[in-house]
Amino acid sequence: MVEKFDAIVVGAGPSGNSAAYTLAKGGLKVLQIERGEYSGSKNVQGAIMYADALERIIPDFREDAPLERHIIEQRIWLLGDDSYIGTNYRSDSFNSERPNRYTIIRAQFDKWFNEKVREAGALVICETTVTELLRDASGKVYGVRTDRENGEVHADVVIMADGVNALLARRADLQEELPPENAALAVKEIHFIDPALIEQRFQVKGDEGVVIEMMGKVTGGMVGTAFLYTNKESLTIGIGCLISDFKEKGIAPYKLLEDLKNHPVIKPLIQGGEVKEYAGHLIPEGGYKAVPQVCGDGWMVVGDAAHLNNAAHREGSNLAMTSGRFAAETLIELKKQGKAPVAANLALYKKKLDESFVMKDLKKYKNLPHIMHMSPQFFNAYPDLLNGAAHDLFTVDSVDKKTKENQILKSFAKRRSIFGLVGDAFKLARAFR
Amino acid sequence: MSVIKVEDKLYQNRYIVDENRPHIYIKDAEVCASSCKSQPCTFCCPANCYTKDDAGGVNLVTDGCLECGTCRVICQDNGNVSWNYPRGGYGISYKFG
Ligand SMILES: Cc1cc2nc3c(=O)[nH]c(=O)nc-3n(C[C@H](O)[C@H](O)[C@H](O)COP(=O)(O)OP(=O)(O)OC[C@H]3O[C@@H](n4cnc5c(N)ncnc54)[C@H](O)[C@@H]3O)c2cc1C
Ligand code: SF4
Repeated sequence: MVEKFDAIVVGAGPSGNSAAYTLAKGGLKVLQIERGEYSGSKNVQGAIMYADALERIIPDFREDAPLERHIIEQRIWLLGDDSYIGTNYRSDSFNSERPNRYTIIRAQFDKWFNEKVREAGALVICETTVTELLRDASGKVYGVRTDRENGEVHADVVIMADGVNALLARRADLQEELPPENAALAVKEIHFIDPALIEQRFQVKGDEGVVIEMMGKVTGGMVGTAFLYTNKESLTIGIGCLISDFKEKGIAPYKLLEDLKNHPVIKPLIQGGEVKEYAGHLIPEGGYKAVPQVCGDGWMVVGDAAHLNNAAHREGSNLAMTSGRFAAETLIELKKQGKAPVAANLALYKKKLDESFVMKDLKKYKNLPHIMHMSPQFFNAYPDLLNGAAHDLFTVDSVDKKTKENQILKSFAKRRSIFGLVGDAFKLARAFR
Repeated sequence: MSVIKVEDKLYQNRYIVDENRPHIYIKDAEVCASSCKSQPCTFCCPANCYTKDDAGGVNLVTDGCLECGTCRVICQDNGNVSWNYPRGGYGISYKFG
């Protein structure tokens, strides 16, 4: 007899852990399958964790979750060749009792979350890769096959929380392959460093932290961003660009990372650290238009596997956790009402997504991926121009200010025609509206 | 400019190697050599698993693979990469991630 569950959750990242935890708490019989040595061992993130999404699942998570630093300052920098121009926002109000954002280390955080899933009563099996969905003649999903001997397991519903590559859905023809322009490849390193140096260089104390998001020359004109985050006793530095751009430009990802580390304004911040790991991962960046069908007879797909990722705001894990929770709540509701998990009933999951920030935010920025892709000047000319303008304005010499202003305007007009400038501003404003 | 050695980076990582069971393979070596001019896998892979060989083809060694999926996505036009995750428990095992 093949064992049968109310639900099988494939994957133990934030989306899978949220789904499995909520299901188990709701009294359902849950099996969670993870291919890694442990939950988190395959997972890569910046990583900023947004408290609100987790709080709605585990309200008292702050008591024992492995959190690094809470963020009190956000910097956004446009890098020039040897300079940056940018904005900083720092507020002491982020030092509240229940901070809103934290840096985390994913391998440790996921492991903790998965412990909670087990405590809630789900059966968790690691070191097991799900190879395919089991479907009957009508296409209804009734379980999964794994790479274990006699590795067939049955369930009323399979929740695919298997991340950006979403092999299960693609192999079952429930999703098309990722186009290279809809995914970014990010590489990152973790540098261990004396916490006193972190405090000194980033002007923080205790568990306070700073995050820096960067755009500009370091991506070599490719659509992408870089980041530098402070952890308790380490710094995380990484950079990611669209796969299609890597392909077109012929640039190796680790070369970008090295250039970033050697950039004159970054180098002093990370100096003296010891690199302990190098990681690479994809980020789904196609936005609203790339979100596939998210449920059908006997199946739902959550998190990165459903392309739920807000590239404009670099939010992913919170959308993952929220979609995992919605999928679980949908099943719990259906079960209570004695309704079968067929497509028409599972559509409640889609409705929950649509009515929440998840789809509303993705919809708001639905044209942004396309605009960024069509506008390399955002990643190339503008950082240059703005850094140049700042340089000229802040250099005190014998040139009068009026002449400087005119020179700056001219340099802008030369690099990008006035119509281009106005057009870009308009396009960007519309995409962010 | 110094040459970046990816091997040094990968050396920091923990791998649980599945001896003689590569999870990714090139389906038809001939396709790489004759129909793929740009061979993007040789510069896009973050672990440098793909290298050009002397005969104009591509050589693949998956030992340092980060399991990102880039090579599968990038080789869609030729569909010449057979891409799987390693068997459960094997492959990269991040301590930090
Ligand atoms: C470099 C980088 C920086 C990022 N920074 C941020 C950030 O700062 N803040 C933020 O909110 N988001 C960030 N993101 C996005 C965030 O990491 C993702 O949105 C989030 O991890 C998605 O969660 P998930 O559970 O859907 O997928 P994942 O975290 O990818 O988890 C999928 C899980 O499924 C398992 N799995 C896959 N296939 C199978 C199978 N066949 N059988 C069994 N198990 C399987 C995997 O091993 C994995 O554990 C970042 C991403 C990257 C790559
Ligand atoms: S999956 Fe990623 S790391 Fe592995 S071979 Fe392909 S591109 Fe390289």
